[in-house]
Amino acid sequence: MAEPLIEVDGLTVRFPTADGGWSTVVDGVRFAAGYERLAIVGESGSGKSLTARAILGLVPAPGQVTAERLHLAGRDLRNLTPSAWERVRGAEIGLVLQDPRFALNPLHRVGRQVEEALVLHTSLGRAERRERALDMLDAVGLERPRDVYHLFPGQLSGGMGQRVMIAAMLVARPKLLIADEPTSALDENLRRQILQLIADLAERHHMGLILISHDLQQVADFADEVIVMFRGRIVDRRGARDLAHSSNPYTAMLWNCRPSAATYGTRLPTLAAAEREALDDRGA
Amino acid sequence: MTAALELDRLSVHFYNGRHDIAAVREASLSIAAGTSFGLFGPSGCGKSTVLRVVAGIELGWSGQVAAFGTPYRAGQKPQGRLRRDVQMVFQDPYASLHPRHSIRRTLEEPLIVNGIADARRVAAEALAAVGLPPDIAPRTPNALSGGQRQRVAIARALLLKPRLLLLDEPTSALDMSVQAEILNLLMDLKAAYGMTLLLVSHDRDVIAHVCDSAARMRAGLIEAILDRPALAAV
Amino acid sequence: MSLAATARSRSFAPLLRFARRSPALALGSSIVGLVIVIALVAPLVAPYDPTFQTMSDRLQPSSVAHWLGTDGFGRDILSRLIYGTRPTLLIISLVALIMAPLGIAIGIVAGYYGGIVDRILMRFTDMAMSFPRLILAFAFVAVLGPGLLNAALALAVTSWPPYARQARVETQAMRRSDYMASVEMLGIRGPRLLFGHVLPLVFPLAIVRMALDLAGMVLIAAGLGFLGLGVLPPTAEWGKMVADGTPVIFDQWWVAASPGVAILILSLGFNLMADGLRDIMDPRHG
Repeated sequence: MAEPLIEVDGLTVRFPTADGGWSTVVDGVRFAAGYERLAIVGESGSGKSLTARAILGLVPAPGQVTAERLHLAGRDLRNLTPSAWERVRGAEIGLVLQDPRFALNPLHRVGRQVEEALVLHTSLGRAERRERALDMLDAVGLERPRDVYHLFPGQLSGGMGQRVMIAAMLVARPKLLIADEPTSALDENLRRQILQLIADLAERHHMGLILISHDLQQVADFADEVIVMFRGRIVDRRGARDLAHSSNPYTAMLWNCRPSAATYGTRLPTLAAAEREALDDRGA
Repeated sequence: MTAALELDRLSVHFYNGRHDIAAVREASLSIAAGTSFGLFGPSGCGKSTVLRVVAGIELGWSGQVAAFGTPYRAGQKPQGRLRRDVQMVFQDPYASLHPRHSIRRTLEEPLIVNGIADARRVAAEALAAVGLPPDIAPRTPNALSGGQRQRVAIARALLLKPRLLLLDEPTSALDMSVQAEILNLLMDLKAAYGMTLLLVSHDRDVIAHVCDSAARMRAGLIEAILDRPALAAV
Repeated sequence: MSLAATARSRSFAPLLRFARRSPALALGSSIVGLVIVIALVAPLVAPYDPTFQTMSDRLQPSSVAHWLGTDGFGRDILSRLIYGTRPTLLIISLVALIMAPLGIAIGIVAGYYGGIVDRILMRFTDMAMSFPRLILAFAFVAVLGPGLLNAALALAVTSWPPYARQARVETQAMRRSDYMASVEMLGIRGPRLLFGHVLPLVFPLAIVRMALDLAGMVLIAAGLGFLGLGVLPPTAEWGKMVADGTPVIFDQWWVAASPGVAILILSLGFNLMADGLRDIMDPRHG
């Protein structure tokens, strides 16, 4: 691949603090990704979600975003006007959020919400839009898409809602799909299904995929490459297959700290204070 | 030796407008002193309701409940020894600590109320026991991380040296690495204090890691009691 | 940075941030604070004795000697305005001191104990709420005679119920919370629980409500004065000053307008303060 789809270098996000200083939440993040599946993993406060939001121009108001490089398909995303961001979002980058209940408008029917991106970003006619929306609802695995088309979000289950949201994000054929904890609000048995669906669709539509998650083990099955963040910095980056044998203490701890029947009677691995400090100083 | 907790045909009904909903239906179980027992099942299965009955929060129940041989009375909060013997750690450490009280006050006040001498020293020891530095004592909870808050909540629950510690999803609001630290801490404290643990969780893996035996609940019923081999089998 | 500069930034930075975070609160509390300072140092800043009559100088317009002119008895209006802050603030603080603690105490007791205690206290609250405020104030003054304390008492007795209702609802919500369950398991209950644990959480919203109420109290206190039910003449009081100015309002408008503007500004100050406090204390605004 000649040019990466997304290129980020020196990405920094900071917020003003109560005592008049700045708190750096994302600190000099650098990565590049093509049309493979990239996962960004970290715990709360790691800056993983804000990294995604910075790529989408969605860092909330007092926050400041700076970057040496922020390119999507060769186009500089820095200093875009709000209306230019509107065109990028939806048309070029899609975002799937944690909880469809908050991301879908409860007063509009499913069909209208799926078509919205087409209204904004294409010049398709009404019948064509409807056709595309129905195809998309079918593609995300909803049975009887014609019925779902006329439902309100409140009438959908959590899994269906998440599928509708994925359909709404993919209908305008973005180049990059960002999924921010797309399964955290779902039941355990639905999580793998939805992740599988997102991974499959990204491959079929030839999109780049960035998967944001706190669950290292789960994400490893659906990503090619994994970036591990800790307190705003990237501390580890490796192929998903190598995660189990990472030499990085934080990655190793995240990988092994999940309790299970096999860990009964043993202590779970945790980071010693010294290791935590070393991580804070180092970054990657 | 008496069991730490015995439930005999415990039932709890809620009235939701017109309908009578059976949250718990004739649940019976016995927990041996010094062991860890788990309750798991999908949300709404009644596991938390059982725990709230044992905690003395939910008072409208029928059946028999006894902790360390002392029976509970329906409609009355546990008193005296029983109240001190049974303590609880809640799911959300943000909601179970007073936002305007310092950690010191949070820990010292229960000691003073229960007439325990030398509250300052005992509170400091409680902080140390859960692995927190003494300098957080003057702070309020909003200056602490989620894991630190849960440690404070655990320290508070242990102040009166309970014999049965109830844990209501104690790690589900926490990060994975913090969950590991808190679970380690709970296992250490259980060994140090010789407590019995009753753990409620939706996460089977957490139950399988912690518990010597467990009950699976569904729709208010105890479906099965699982011993260690059954818990280990997926 | 030098030590002095550090010290200065330490003392001023919080104030500046505070003002930036809520300009309404900063402006409102500046107004209220200024009025309080004026009331405290009235004898020092007032150019004349507020009750000294000079019949030859009746109804003078604004001049160098009398910045805001004189009233129908030749008294300096500016001095009367300055002294008039005293009865107004006194009534307001008396009312605040009675109504908020009374209402909050009744509310949290009713909300915490529930059952029969709740029912008795809340019916009592309904009764107090159903009295028309001004008419009860008239009745008090008619029975006990006009005067500052009687006016304040009349206002306080009718204005505590909203505090009780608000505190009761908040306490009831807390009653079902994990927090309450956890401290009760530790044996904390009764007055210690109510006043040490519940009160600090009910307090912030009550403060916001009080600031809002005080804006209304300024108007009602002035209304009582206007109707001659407040302080006794010749003490300077804003409402009475407006009343004194009404017969000559078309020819000597400043006599009524000056105290009117003062009432407006103080009331606005309390309103802005309440608005800003609500913005800051509202959890949704972080």
